[in-house]
Amino acid sequence: MSSYFAQEVPLSWYLLLSAALFSLGVVGFLIKRNLITVFMSIELMLNGVNLSFVTFAQQWHAVKGQIFVFFVMMVAAAEAAVGLAIIIAVFRARATLAVDRIDLMKL
Amino acid sequence: MNAYLHLWLIPLLPFAGFLINGILGRRLPKWLVTAIALLAPLAAFGVVLNASVLGLLPLFVDPTGIPSLPGVSLPYIETCPLPWINAGMLHINFSFVLDQLSLVMLLVVTGVGFLIHVYSVGYMGDDKGYARYFSYLNLFLFFMTVLVLAGNALVMFIGWEGVGLASYLLIGFWFQKKSAADAGKKAFIVNRIGDFGFLIGMFLLIANFGTLTFTDIAAKLGQDPGWNGGVVTVIALCLMLGAAGKSAQLPLYIWLPDAMEGPTPVSALIHAATMVTAGVYMVARTHVLFDHSPFALSVVAIIGAATAIFAATIALVQNDIKRVLAYSTISQLGYMFLGCGVAAYSAAIFHLMTHAFFKALLFMAAGSVIHAIGGEQDLRKMGGLRKKLPVTFWTMTAAVLAIAGFFPFAGFFSKDAILYAAFLQGTSGKILWFFGVLTALLTSFYMFRLWYLTFMGESRSPDVHPHESPWSMRGPLIILALLSVGGGWIGMERFGDFLAPSVGVLPTETGSARLEILLSIVAVLVALEGWLIADKLYRRKPARPAQWAAALPGGYKLLANKYFVDEFYGAVVVKPLLGFSKFVLEWVVDFGILGGAAWLLGGIATFTGAILQRWQSGNLRSYAAWLAAGAAAVLLFLLVPWATVLASLSAIHLGMAGH
Repeated sequence: MSSYFAQEVPLSWYLLLSAALFSLGVVGFLIKRNLITVFMSIELMLNGVNLSFVTFAQQWHAVKGQIFVFFVMMVAAAEAAVGLAIIIAVFRARATLAVDRIDLMKL
Repeated sequence: MNAYLHLWLIPLLPFAGFLINGILGRRLPKWLVTAIALLAPLAAFGVVLNASVLGLLPLFVDPTGIPSLPGVSLPYIETCPLPWINAGMLHINFSFVLDQLSLVMLLVVTGVGFLIHVYSVGYMGDDKGYARYFSYLNLFLFFMTVLVLAGNALVMFIGWEGVGLASYLLIGFWFQKKSAADAGKKAFIVNRIGDFGFLIGMFLLIANFGTLTFTDIAAKLGQDPGWNGGVVTVIALCLMLGAAGKSAQLPLYIWLPDAMEGPTPVSALIHAATMVTAGVYMVARTHVLFDHSPFALSVVAIIGAATAIFAATIALVQNDIKRVLAYSTISQLGYMFLGCGVAAYSAAIFHLMTHAFFKALLFMAAGSVIHAIGGEQDLRKMGGLRKKLPVTFWTMTAAVLAIAGFFPFAGFFSKDAILYAAFLQGTSGKILWFFGVLTALLTSFYMFRLWYLTFMGESRSPDVHPHESPWSMRGPLIILALLSVGGGWIGMERFGDFLAPSVGVLPTETGSARLEILLSIVAVLVALEGWLIADKLYRRKPARPAQWAAALPGGYKLLANKYFVDEFYGAVVVKPLLGFSKFVLEWVVDFGILGGAAWLLGGIATFTGAILQRWQSGNLRSYAAWLAAGAAAVLLFLLVPWATVLASLSAIHLGMAGH
């Protein structure tokens, strides 16, 4: 099964997919105005990175990469919990989720 | 044979008193402060007495010169075993010397000093700064004894500066009063000018003699009897400048009248009896230098005579009792310098000693008067105090007779010794003598003027009820009165012989006993004339002084305003200096350096802030974009080698405009 994979799908494809996912996340982060969408873009970037981690773990037969992925997922889960809580709090306070409007700290 | 004199105890005991009263004085009970303050000078006086007994006894008991008693031979030198200054060729030890000269001076300083301490107990009894006062007074005695005992010029300089400090502290003792604080500063600053001369003199001594020890200098000069004038004159004149500052001679006398702002016992001790005579003492101590420079000697004599008559004329019209005495002190110090200037050092020291007795007494009696009538110092508001203050009156009378030079009071002997020595110095000496006699006339007049205005006639302030001072004040007055009456009976001859090993013999070879008696009679007649004029003006025709003043408004104004010397110095020295330092302070230091530095720092912060602030847009997306761009740039530089070069070039092209 693994040899079949290795033969059929080269490493670069995985990496390209990973980069594409990450870039999608970056672009989404930069252009989206809704806080929840921005948040989702961050998750997308994390998962793009996760993909390259497992790819290399498979490539070099090193379990470290997979462990990293678990860590990233865990942090992402924690971040999601906190982040969503913040988003709810912000929405309650400001009645909006547009990032441009959340600018009380601006000069 | 050679007993230990423990000279180091003499300064150290008052210093201990200073430390204890200065540090703990405010917490100690008053009787303890008094006890410490009085015991310190008394013990020092005891050490001096012990030293003088040990030093003099062999002299009297065994005139053949073979000492049969345990004593010490003078000069007796005590040196600190540790070397003090070792710099190249220069070696200076911390040494004390007891010889005839310093012995006389020590007896005066500690003896009169102790009496004034006792007097102060009564005079300063109600003052809040009681302990502070006595600690300063003890500090003064410490430095003064160091000055007197000094075996070389540097140790003397320590004492010299120290007494200046003590004088400053005590003049400004009531520092809440602006005039007192100003007077303290004036005294200190004017003395700095004199000290500058002293310092230059010391540097020249080191450069030319390689030593500061008085005996070594004398020895080196003695080896070369032909060495006259030249650098010795310069050194002597520099030292004279120092002496003129400390002893309030022309042109540096201006601080002494203002120093009367201090408590009266301080005026008696420091500004009449001891510290101001330090200049005379210094000239006598370094007399070998002056002996080798006739020019410097004549400068000393002329300054002395000029100061004597100058200050005496001012004293004629002053109305503040202490100011009259202050100008009188300046005038008498002029006499001493006149004595030094005609190489009659022992006569000068003799007058220094008798002057210490009667001038301290005059000040203390004046203090007693001031104390009695509630702080009033104006002669015009006194009068008729003879019956109310009998002790003060009689002691003051003794002092007035002594300073006026009546036989057989102390001042007669010493003043005549100086005038006689001056008379023998050729034609110029006769001129000096004439001015001396004229000064004697003025002295007698203004002293009796003061005496009449204070004690005679009717009281001019009827609502004041004077009371005689306590015994702590009356006691010292009586002792000093006895000394003022009898202090001169030692006789110039005996005194001169005694001092001869230290300061050389009196140059009286050309004189004769008959001439001396003749001159004495002239002096006494002149003093009598002064008394008679004062008697006429202030007792028989009291309206006359005002008429005279009105008839000669210019002359009176000139004298009453002290020849406008203060105003002159103020316009010529003080004002330009103040203006210049104000300019430097306000424009160069304050505006230029401090303001400039503050402005520069603020400017840098504002400028960099203006640039850096643009990155802090507050726009979340722009931050993220910078982050992504940065990550992309790192990636680019890692992957494409020539990108770094390209980026550098483009950065230069854009002028580092990162945003």
